[in-house]
Amino acid sequence: MAGQALIDIRGLFKAFGDNEVLRGIDLAVRNGETMVVLGPSGCGKSVLLKHIIGLMKPDGGSIVVEGREITRLARGELSNLRMRFGMVFQGAALFDSMTVGANVGLPLVEHHRTRGSELDRLVEEKLEMVGLSGTAHLWPSELSGGMKKRVALARAIALDPDVILYDEPTTGLDPVMAEQINELIRSTQKKLNATSVVVTHDLHSACFTGDRVALMDDGRIAFEGTTDELTTTENEAVRTFIARGRRRLPGEREADSSRDRFGLL
Amino acid sequence: MTSSSVTARRNHGGFGTGLFRTLGGNALELVTEVGAAGLLLWRSSLALRKFGRSVPLVVEQMRRIGVDSLPLVIITAVFTGAVTAVQAAYQLKEFVPKIYLGVAIYKSVTIELGPVLTALVVGGRVSASIAAELGTMRVTEQIDAMDAMAIDPVRYLVMPRIVAALIMLPIVTIFADVLAISGGFVVANLSLDVSVKTFVEGMKLYFFPHDVLGGLLKAFVFGGIIAVMGCTAGLRTFGGAVGVGRAATRAVVASCVLILISDYVLATLLFKVIFGEA
Ligand SMILES: Nc1ncnc2c1ncn2[C@@H]1O[C@H](COP(=O)(O)OP(=O)(O)OP(=O)(O)O)[C@@H](O)[C@H]1O
Ligand SMILES: [Mg+2]
Repeated sequence: MAGQALIDIRGLFKAFGDNEVLRGIDLAVRNGETMVVLGPSGCGKSVLLKHIIGLMKPDGGSIVVEGREITRLARGELSNLRMRFGMVFQGAALFDSMTVGANVGLPLVEHHRTRGSELDRLVEEKLEMVGLSGTAHLWPSELSGGMKKRVALARAIALDPDVILYDEPTTGLDPVMAEQINELIRSTQKKLNATSVVVTHDLHSACFTGDRVALMDDGRIAFEGTTDELTTTENEAVRTFIARGRRRLPGEREADSSRDRFGLL
Repeated sequence: MTSSSVTARRNHGGFGTGLFRTLGGNALELVTEVGAAGLLLWRSSLALRKFGRSVPLVVEQMRRIGVDSLPLVIITAVFTGAVTAVQAAYQLKEFVPKIYLGVAIYKSVTIELGPVLTALVVGGRVSASIAAELGTMRVTEQIDAMDAMAIDPVRYLVMPRIVAALIMLPIVTIFADVLAISGGFVVANLSLDVSVKTFVEGMKLYFFPHDVLGGLLKAFVFGGIIAVMGCTAGLRTFGGAVGVGRAATRAVVASCVLILISDYVLATLLFKVIFGEA
């Protein structure tokens, strides 16, 4: 499991105008592991993931994937790299002008020129993996939030990627659905033997899906360690983050939305 | 009255300077937009290498840009022709024999009114819808998702729209020309007492193929403007639903302004320099 770093982020800096979001992120993701990045809402987790897959350009620092600096890759090389990545966007980002089946099949059609019954078979296979067999004919607007997330996952694993990036896979889902997604991440992980980066502010999800955990705080990584170390560490930032999470007990969940200042729902 | 509102007013100046500032700002915005559009056009032409795989996408866009615009084009064309007939008859009355009515209508329609009015109405419709569609895809991260799965949005979304518009605008314009001339003829015939024979004779008298050709060349360029400005505004969208609305407006304004400017440039180029020599 403890391979060398597949993704190596050093001193990553990114600002939007005066808003310094990432202020020197150092993070190494090893081959084959599931790395969970924890952090409160708005701390820049989505921005971090978008840098890893080259959708945003950093203002400073480096992102090395398999020994190659991705900010300096030519367009073609970046494409080749991205084909080995799958990303589940925070809002699912399904193509709403296409059916579920077409969404999942698009990478196959575009990159492997899969057609006809072979395509149908592969699409159905991926949908079955996320527990949605028989939904290929539906439109994204006909799906619930949880179903959208699962379709997004099916689309992300369509090309059997080596690396999967998840942006808040369980946010906004009910506990049962969240549990299903967590298990899905685990099982996908095992089936594809992929390296995963899971971004979340859900502690439970982090401990369940992750091998190692990193906590983002104030634009930097405040803590990095195994899931066990997370619960035992004396690290200030971790203790504060966990304490904030504790304040939200079951039953309080919908009762007081002003408690969601930290986006822990 | 706080001091800040006073300075705010001072900064805006009077109505006159405010107007100029707005015009200046808009002009600058248009220049930036055109620059971005040029870049997008270049990237789309590079994407033509994979044209073979995009044929179904182009066909779909041809339907949406061309066929779906036909009802609007029919109404515009018929009434444009009819008005041209009435106006031409009024302006030529006393000086010019009725035989010239046909040629007046034919010339003004094929060279100018057909291509320009078609482009303006189709442009309003199509560039706004392209900008809103791509803009929505942008703000809902669908464009990012496409990029992330290594599918080039320029190849998949932009290039098919530009190619389809380049093909469809001339075709729709031919359609509009025919309808406008027919509309003009109907008015000429019914209310101005011009017979079929006189009308057609007049048209034949000064028929130059390059009039039609020049008009269609204009339509081709206008098609490119419509699609590329719609795509540019769409891809540059930010800021949620409001941003999508802004993108649609920007696309329509930019394509209308550029259609009118390039019409002047093309008219000079085609009918003074190129065909003028012949
Ligand atoms: N494209 C952008 N332009 C300007 N600012 C941005 C952009 N994207 C993100 N930001 C800013 O970066 C900060 C971090 O955003 P990000 O979406 O990464 O947060 P997050 O940690 O993913 O939060 P959440 O848990 O709510 O998803 C926010 O302050 C946001 O305003
Ligand atoms: Mg986020």
